Formats: sequence, C-alpha cells, structure tokens
Amino acid sequence: MTFLIIMTILFYILSTAEYLVYLFVQRDRLSKIGYALLAAGFFWHTLLVGYAFLRSGSIPVHNLHQTLSLAGWTVTGFFLAFHYRYPFKLLGLYAAPLAATMMIISARLPMEPDRIQDSLKSIWVVFHVVVIFIGEAALAFACGVGILYLVQEHAIKTKKRGFFYRRLPSLEFLDNTGYACIITGFTMVTIGLISGFLYAKTVWGRFWSWDPKEVWSGIMWLFYAVLLHERLMVGWRGRRSAIMSIIGFLVLMFTFLGVNFLLQGHHGEFTQW
Amino acid sequence: MVNHALQTDITEPGRSKGDSVPGHPARKALDSTPGAARLKIVLIGMNHKTAEVELRECLGFSHEEADAALQSFQDAPAIAEVVLVSTCNRVEILMATPSPEAAVEAAKTYLARSKALEVKHFEHALYILEGDDAVRHIFRVAASLDSMVVGEPQILGQIKEAYRSATLRKSSGVILNRLLHKTFFVAKRVRSETGIGDHAVSISYAAIELGRKIFGTLEEKKVLLIGAGEMAELAVEHLIRHRSGTIFVANRTFERGVELADRFNGRAIGFEEIPDRLKDVDIIISSTGASGFILNRNQVKGVLRARKNRPLFFIDIAVPRDIDPEINRLSNVYVYDIDDLKDVIEENIEDRNREAARAERIIDEAVIRFRGWYQSLDVVPTIVALREKMLTIAEGEIRKTLAHSLSHLSNEETAALRRMTDALINKILHDPTLFLKNDGCRGGKSVYLDVTRKLFKLDEE
Repeated sequence: MTFLIIMTILFYILSTAEYLVYLFVQRDRLSKIGYALLAAGFFWHTLLVGYAFLRSGSIPVHNLHQTLSLAGWTVTGFFLAFHYRYPFKLLGLYAAPLAATMMIISARLPMEPDRIQDSLKSIWVVFHVVVIFIGEAALAFACGVGILYLVQEHAIKTKKRGFFYRRLPSLEFLDNTGYACIITGFTMVTIGLISGFLYAKTVWGRFWSWDPKEVWSGIMWLFYAVLLHERLMVGWRGRRSAIMSIIGFLVLMFTFLGVNFLLQGHHGEFTQW
Repeated sequence: MVNHALQTDITEPGRSKGDSVPGHPARKALDSTPGAARLKIVLIGMNHKTAEVELRECLGFSHEEADAALQSFQDAPAIAEVVLVSTCNRVEILMATPSPEAAVEAAKTYLARSKALEVKHFEHALYILEGDDAVRHIFRVAASLDSMVVGEPQILGQIKEAYRSATLRKSSGVILNRLLHKTFFVAKRVRSETGIGDHAVSISYAAIELGRKIFGTLEEKKVLLIGAGEMAELAVEHLIRHRSGTIFVANRTFERGVELADRFNGRAIGFEEIPDRLKDVDIIISSTGASGFILNRNQVKGVLRARKNRPLFFIDIAVPRDIDPEINRLSNVYVYDIDDLKDVIEENIEDRNREAARAERIIDEAVIRFRGWYQSLDVVPTIVALREKMLTIAEGEIRKTLAHSLSHLSNEETAALRRMTDALINKILHDPTLFLKNDGCRGGKSVYLDVTRKLFKLDEE
C-alpha cells in the first residue's frame, strides 16, 4: 500500500517537473513525456484505488485519506481523457501538481477507516460517488482553465503580453475549453445528485433530508445552472464566465471539504480523520 | 552542370593558360597545394548597411537587366560561374573564378558600364569577400540574418529566383550549384530550428497575430474596414488569406467604398451604418483621416448584448485615432492602436535578434562543412581517397577469401596474392589518376573531381 502511494506521488511529481520544464522550453516532446509520466502515475494510482476497493469491499471513501486519493485519481483520469479532445498541453501544469498535492496530503492522513456501514456497500453508492467525483474533477479543470483565461485576457487587455501570452492558447480556445469542462461537470454532478436522491429514498425513505452536504450541493448545482443558463441566453462568456467558474469551484471545495469539517451530517464519515 | 563547364571551356579557350603549371604537370600537381585549376569563390556586393538608398536604387537590377548581366559576366574570361541577386536592399554578385582580382575588376567594370556610373562613385559601398567569408555571407543573407528586418522571409525566395535565372542561363556551375543548394538548406534549417521568423514584425501582421490570440482561428470572422490606406488594406489581405468571412467596407465617399469592396469581394456600407454593423462583425480595422473618434464607448457598449458578448477586436491604424480608447475597457472588447502594435513589433524584433545568435551557430557549422567539400575538390585528396577506397575493398575481399576457400595458402603465396591485387589497383587507377592530375580537363577540373567523388562515393555524408 505504502509502495503504491509512493510510486503514485513520485510519478505525479516527475510529471509536474516535466510540465514545468515544458513551460520554459517549449518543446512538444517534453509535454508528451509529462503526459506519459502522469499516465504512469495514474497506473499506480489505479492499483492503489483498486486495492483499497477490494480490501473494504466498497468504494474507498471511508475517511479523508481515501476520499482525497479517489478525488485525485478522478482528476488525473479526467485530464488524461480530456486531453484527447482538447489538446491543451499547458493544462498538464495544472493537473499534475493538483493530483500530486492531493496525494501528498492524502498520504499524510491516517489511513485506517474506523467503521464501514453496510448501507454504503451498494452499487448505487459506487455510482453516486464516481459520477460526482468525475463531475467535480471537470469543474476543477473549469476553474484552472478560467484562471488561465484571466491571465491571457489580462495580457491582451493591458497590452503587456509577456511570458504567458506566448505560451497560452487563444482566448476563444480557453473559453471553449472551460465551457466544455463546465458542461461535462454539470451533467455529471446532476446525474450524481439524482442517483444520490434515489438511493436516499431507498435507504432512508426520503429524497432529501436537509443534510448540510445536500444543501451545499444544491447551492453549488444552482450556481452552475445559473452560469450555464446565462451563457446560453445572454452570452455570459469570456472574463465573466472565467471568474464565475473560479468562484463556483470555491463553492465546490467548500461543499467537498468545508461542510464536513464545520457542519454535521450523514456524509460526515467520508472526510473524518 | 557538366555541360556548362564544357561550354565555358569552349567559349573561353585561353582561360586556364595562366593556371597551368609548367614542367611535368602530373608530377607538379601532386606537390602543389591548391589544385591548379581550382576556382575560388568571390562575392562582391552592397546592401542597406553599406549603400544609401539612392545608390541602391541606381545599382539595382531588374529581371531583364540581371539576365543581361549574367550573359555579359559569362563572356568575361575571369568569371567561370556567376549568380546575381538583386533586391531593393542589396546587390550580390557571387562568382567562382580562377583569379579573384580579375573577376572583381570585371564585375566593377560591368556595373559602371551598365549603370553609367563611374567606379569611384560606388566603390566605397562595395564589399568584397572571398572563400569562407563569401560562403558565410551568402548563408547569412539567405537565412535573413543580414536583412534590414532580421528574419523576414522574402529574401530566400529572391535568392531562389536569382539562382533559377542563373541555371537557365547556365551561368552557375558545379561550385555555385553546390553552394546555392547548401544555402537553401541552411536557410531552411535556420528557419525551422530557430524562432527567427516566428514573430510578426509588420504592423498588419502583428494585428493578425493578435487576432489569432483572441479568436484562435480567423476563419469565418467578419471584418469591417473603415476608411482606406495601405496598411489597413494589407491587413485585410492577410485576413482574407486566413479565410476570414465577409468583408464590409465603409468609406466617407461611397464610391471609393464600392471600389475597395469589389477588390476584396466584400460589401460596401454607408458610414452611418457602422454602429449597427458592429452587431455581427468581429474585427474592425479603422484607418480614416477623421480628426475625432468615429466610435465611442456607448455605441459599442450598446451592441454587446446583441452580440452575446462574442469578442470584438478593433485595430486602429489611424492617426489621430478613430476608436475611443475607452472602448478597450469594455468586457470582451479589445482595442489596439498603432502605437500598441508598434510595441508588439519591437518586442518581436528583440526576440528575433536573440534567435539570430542561435542561427549564427548553425551557419558556422555549415560554413565548415562546405569548406570540407570545397577542399575535397583538390586533386590530391581525391586521388588518395579513391586509392584508399580501392585498397580497403581489396583487403576486405582478400581476407574473406583467405579465411575460407584459400585458407591452405602459405605466407609467400599470400604475399604474392596481395602484390597482385596492389598491381591491379595501380593499373586500374593509372589512367583516371593521370587524367585528374593532368591539365587535360582544364577549367572543368572541379567538375571531374566532383564526379569522381560522387561516382565512387568518396564523401561520407
């Protein structure tokens, strides 16, 4: 287990370093190596997640250590897949360190889960968690792309250009990429939430129980729904869309972590430590 | 090429006379260092750094004049091969000659005669380069390191064109052919391995580059040209090359607008329609003589909602400006005026100069390589290389045979076998060696040396 964690972190860090070099020395080969290293990290990470899954008999989200690890795994997986459709090499510089950081934090947390509720050993929970995590990974990338959009927009607007101007793609590409991330993320989160409601109905007999996590998920969902609606109807795009996807991700982070630390609820055990 | 060399021999029968070595030619050629008939590379020229524009205009050659000049140079006994490059910034006469001084003199005389100008009036502006220096110079020129705007791409095409004329006239021979091919190769390498041509260094091109950073692709982007002017029209042409969408043209005089619109296959619109058009165009190029702003912030702000906030890019080339700079503060709207574009260019030029240093290294390397080939045109190294090649082959075969079918031979018998192969090689090489050493091939010697090296693949490349 420790070996798998170390290998994962090692490859994620190597990939980060490679992408950093790529940032300075713009050679395509470097970004390909960075991608390959990340894929190698993902391989070890998959073994790690698979191992934890087999040991507990259910999706490994029984403490913060496992939850962060799984979230990191979806982030990497999403980037590896997303890169095919949107070949935005510099995004690796966001994905690799993000995954590395999540894994490092995860590794420093207590690893043994206390108890495993039987109600969580259902395929519904697996589906619920995986789909939501993929959606959240997509929204994490929407935030990353949004930041890069703001950097590039600033460079063009203030006419300063400079280091990133050369290296970043066009505003239009960044905007479209961010939009694609939000659409994917929003769809996944919606499906995930619905599956959660259905599962809650079968276990507790009600769809909605005013659990803080539910409330905040609802707020987050509404936030992205408004963002998408405004984009389609009045054309909230570019700068405003970028800022909103960053704020949206902060709301998401709070829903993901903050709720569990500050508030109580039936999602609590996923992030205990 | 061979043809040409023969032809020059015929037209200039007396040329190699001065170079032939008295006494036993074969014997002499072996100890003499540079081959008796080896041609030297000489370049005489002037460029924007050495000659003021009036002089450059005066000494420049049109296509026909250049052709006539080639013809005339071919008739000059001192000039064996010649390529003439003439652009608005430079004249370069590249020659291969047995006697550089005479060739330079001939070139100068021709310039003076054809341009009706005394030599002393333009002599100060000329540079005369020989050997490696000339090779390096032509490499640098083609790689656009010597250009007024470093990295501009036209010069390579111009040299190619000049070389084409020379080959049609058959005025270039084995040395210049090789040199020019190497030149094109080096220029291509510099372009692909350094960022020397990466960044825009003209106003219109800088605007296009910015547009691509905003829109990604310029395909199907609608353009509005307000006013007219060389730079603005050039920018529109660039946009068309990037397959932009409809071009709208607005001009104070509608007639002129229609004229321009026809040229760009676009549509003319009235001046008062401009604010309304902003709803569907993406790129606005403005270049009018108006004294005040043509568009203000509120006019643009009004259309943003209708555009669903799709980005708008204003290129303001006019002085005084046409587009209120306040417009730049609107979301998803970008305004660049001529000073902004000039800043872009300046940055890009700095970048190019940095890349130029890397290009120089590539060129140094190429000069050394070319020198290697050039020196191989000497008689002695070629003969030695040829002999060595034969000996290597023979030795290899003898060993194989001795190891297998003739393994029973005694030492004396083996020695006899070796003596026999040595004798064979000597006999085979006797005539070719004599031929190459001899002045028999006169001015065309480098051709035969080159052929020999190619025929027997003596250059490992």
